[in-house]
Amino acid sequence: MSAHTASLPKDVQRRKQAGLPPWLNPPPLGLRLIKALVIAVIVVTMLYPLVYVIAMSFASPEQARAGVIFPTAYSLDAYRAIFNGGTVSTGLRNSLWVTVVGTFLSLTASSMLAWGLSRTKQVPGSKAILIMVLATMFFSAGIIPNFLLVKSLGLIDSLWSLIIPGLVSAFNMIVIRNFFMNLPSELIEAARIDGAGEWRIFLQIVIPLSKPVLAVMGLFYAVSYWNTYFNALLYINDSEKWPIQVVLQQYVLAGVQIPGAYVSPDQPPPPGVTLQMAVIVLATVPILLVYPFLQRYFTKGVLTGAIKG
Amino acid sequence: MSTQIAAGSEDQREASSGPAPAAPKRRTLTLRQRIWRERWMYTFIAPGALFFLVFAYVPMLGNIVAFQDFSPFRGFSGSPWVGVDNFVGIFNDPEVLTALRNTLLIAFLQLIFAFPAPIALALLLDSLMSNRVKRMVQTVVYLPHFLSWVIVISVWQQVFGGGGLVANILGDLGVGGFDAMTNADTFKLLVVAQAIWKDVGWGTIIFFAAIAGIPQERHEAAAVDGASAWRRIWHVTLPGLIPVTMLLLILNLGNILTVGFEQLLLQQPMVGADAAQVLDTFVYFRGVLGGEWGIATAAGLLKGIIGTILVLSANKIAKKLGGEGIF
Repeated sequence: MSAHTASLPKDVQRRKQAGLPPWLNPPPLGLRLIKALVIAVIVVTMLYPLVYVIAMSFASPEQARAGVIFPTAYSLDAYRAIFNGGTVSTGLRNSLWVTVVGTFLSLTASSMLAWGLSRTKQVPGSKAILIMVLATMFFSAGIIPNFLLVKSLGLIDSLWSLIIPGLVSAFNMIVIRNFFMNLPSELIEAARIDGAGEWRIFLQIVIPLSKPVLAVMGLFYAVSYWNTYFNALLYINDSEKWPIQVVLQQYVLAGVQIPGAYVSPDQPPPPGVTLQMAVIVLATVPILLVYPFLQRYFTKGVLTGAIKG
Repeated sequence: MSTQIAAGSEDQREASSGPAPAAPKRRTLTLRQRIWRERWMYTFIAPGALFFLVFAYVPMLGNIVAFQDFSPFRGFSGSPWVGVDNFVGIFNDPEVLTALRNTLLIAFLQLIFAFPAPIALALLLDSLMSNRVKRMVQTVVYLPHFLSWVIVISVWQQVFGGGGLVANILGDLGVGGFDAMTNADTFKLLVVAQAIWKDVGWGTIIFFAAIAGIPQERHEAAAVDGASAWRRIWHVTLPGLIPVTMLLLILNLGNILTVGFEQLLLQQPMVGADAAQVLDTFVYFRGVLGGEWGIATAAGLLKGIIGTILVLSANKIAKKLGGEGIF
């Protein structure tokens, strides 16, 4: 430690290390304790319910029936029973299909539109289309007209009804468009002068450079497809085609028994509460899995859209 | 592409968007030539434009159902016209009034409790000295935003419902019968609490950006002038948050008649329609399930029109007060 830094008061040194301005006064100890306590309460409030549900889904039947605060004896019976039953697996499979296909199509359509609308000055008519798209953020036709449209297109009871009506979100498209417009124009101009067509520029230059924004928008689309509930309630009557959210609502909130949910016929089925918890966990796990990887992009994704709306 | 030079003076007049009269010698393309030059761009635009046309604009036409005694079997052309009967019907329907009252009450509670919550949390997190702790807390508080309402309510059910975690703890203490999820009296507060739990963290992102956008010198100048940390929040940070707060208020106002549709739809069976019917759930139950298409569509249409008018006027007011609107 050099003589110069050593001469500074200890708290100023620490602020320098943390990249904070040196004039900042550290709050008094009492206030800091209160803050720490408030933060701890917030973190526990956000996390404990999830931790509790995950833990209870693994609870042994005896403890689940007794209603403990945190289980200490564990069992996988709930999961075995659920996968025996089949309904939940079908729901997961439907949701997975909708999420994968939907996210791919949404990203494709959104980034194509975003590129098409990125040069409104040069492309005649594209400004009008941009305004037409933006206007949809401020009105919606309403539940019934949308239902009647999907019905008349013959999409009822098809998983496509969960994808096509929400294919492009105007907001996500604008975020992608803003990103495209901030790409280094020299690169794109150079390719254009070299005679590259728009499609080639798009596929070989624009898309590879836009991975960060496409990752975030892909996450947003994927989460909304995975979480689709109301559209499925409206458009899907066939329980074989239910996505996992409808399955979850039926078996957890409406309290319907999961058909065939037992480990083996000569053994009492696991208690309802662990079954319910296990369905919640299965519906949540995919989101928990992708969340940590994409978390660092959120701020960027949300803000680029918010700044230029 | 410079070979496509406009030939005659007629063509120059056609391309009226360019500065043709001021610079007569400038090479100007006709509209048709410009379209032809950019023809490939239209292949990018076409699918998306078609999507918005079919799924955002065509359904608008479906709102004619509001003026019909509609039934899906007779279709749009076969259903008799009834003028504004459906709208008259709305105002004479006690259920609509209940739904409207619930909607406004929940929107009001959201505005008071859920709207400022992210501002408070952003200020609290911003005051943390350690960036590592800040990032860790952010990771945790953003998470619930990504869970669906079905998951959120299922989890709450397991914690606050009868036989849930809290009921078990209270039961051990000798207080039986706790069930926050089916109590119609406190339901609206429950709705607000759930909304805060789910989205308070996510809401902070935009305020963090606004806080980061406040010039460091302002804080420094205030600090040098002897302003305490509290006074700096009051006189520097909060004024810096006004523009973004106004913007979000405008957007919220447009959504005042849209309160947590899935959230309420899912919980209505637990607390009953008197406490949990809002305009959107009314449209769903009456129209799609009840088959009274005309009156439900009329309610939805009225709701949409009022919402649009509210956003437009809030935007105008914000501009008049010297702030920035959204468009």
